[in-house]
Amino acid sequence: MQISNPVWSALADATFRAYRETVIRLPPDVLRVIRKAAAAETNPVARGEFANILKNIAMAEKLGVPMCQDTGVPVVYLTIPPDVPLTQELYNAVADGVRRATKEVPLRPNVVDPLTRHNTNDNTGAGMPAIHVKPGEKFTVTVFPKGAGAENMSRIGMLLPSQVSQIEKFVVETVYLAGSRPCPPIVIGVGIGGTFDGAAAMAKEALLQPLDQMTEYERGILAAVNRLGIGPMGLGGDFTALAVKVKTAGCHTASLPVAVNIQCWANRHATVEVPR
Amino acid sequence: MTAKPVQLRTPLGGEALVLHAGDHVELSGLVYTARDEAHLRMQKEGIPFDPKGAVIYHCGPVIQDKRVIAAGPTTSARMNELSGFLLDRGVRALIGKGGMGVQVREQLKNRGIYLAFTGGCAALASSHMTLKGVFFEDLGMAEAIWIIELDRLPLVVGIDAQGNDIFDAVMRHAKEEYERYRKL
Repeated sequence: MQISNPVWSALADATFRAYRETVIRLPPDVLRVIRKAAAAETNPVARGEFANILKNIAMAEKLGVPMCQDTGVPVVYLTIPPDVPLTQELYNAVADGVRRATKEVPLRPNVVDPLTRHNTNDNTGAGMPAIHVKPGEKFTVTVFPKGAGAENMSRIGMLLPSQVSQIEKFVVETVYLAGSRPCPPIVIGVGIGGTFDGAAAMAKEALLQPLDQMTEYERGILAAVNRLGIGPMGLGGDFTALAVKVKTAGCHTASLPVAVNIQCWANRHATVEVPR
Repeated sequence: MTAKPVQLRTPLGGEALVLHAGDHVELSGLVYTARDEAHLRMQKEGIPFDPKGAVIYHCGPVIQDKRVIAAGPTTSARMNELSGFLLDRGVRALIGKGGMGVQVREQLKNRGIYLAFTGGCAALASSHMTLKGVFFEDLGMAEAIWIIELDRLPLVVGIDAQGNDIFDAVMRHAKEEYERYRKL
């Protein structure tokens, strides 16, 4: 696709750079919680798993290759200042950056038609990349590639308003049912309130918040999850999860939506400012 | 890690059968990648390599210019129903992530072991690998059987030949914890 306007070509380029950055290098807060857990883990098998994870992170950076072969599906968050128009071209530019990243990084082509399972081979498709736009001061693009192993273990529940005290149990149950499959140690995003769809969106956005700054509520859920002892890769250990992040929104007095978005240890996201 | 990892080299013999679940090993020598499609093809057309003492790696690698770029493990449980015939023919070890079902645990008794490699560690894996060849390339990059030479890939014994299974023990413990917690 030809992009004529320099704003759109700059956005496509920024999307490409954010994608390349994020599949090769983890954000500093994610590295900090992994290193902290690795140092505190007491189970010898789990310590071996952490050693492999840390070596893998170093090797991906040294070789400039993706840290995991599942380079995910493209989830993209944009903030746009008042003078950037919200048009179809904006969406096209992001898709263009995704196509270029697929070819040049390279990324595994993961996006298929949901019914025919036909692979588009460029990581785009109907509604994909999933693009979320918010107004802001700066023009930025955040790429958050989501792998399937962890995403598949996510759940949403429409709890009763009387079940506020059961939210933690819903999260623990979700992690228990997931077992070894999401490649623990995991990061848990929880969306509470809003609507059915809004809770899921918040659960995903929660994963982008700094992992080493947890509230008492989040720390309580984390402690309950880690008592399961599933550990890194389901081999047992103190750290089934590294962090829990919660986002809330106002909801109907008769409902309590709770969404849990599961993320593997490779909580990959990168933000790049679009040059003007 | 406390004990030094045990050094293993393919093809594997009886030395694999005396290892215990939880032992760290470093594996060298040839291994063969295989996912769902490769297993189905081998069932139908036969095993294209000598299965005696061989090691299967549940992996769909990224290969570029005849080099292994990324090669982390895939979920082994998908091959639960597809592994018996390989062990019958002499395959001694399966490598993957997440563990396998009870039938594979039984099939491994006195015959072979399951080795776990850390999920997502695709770059680390490729740094221990040299590509040696390929079978069934028409299945596509992810599903073909790639012949890969390992140089001391760090693994842990997940299921041993005596029937000890770390994944199963961990999930049984998690179930107890979960049941206790649910009643609080």
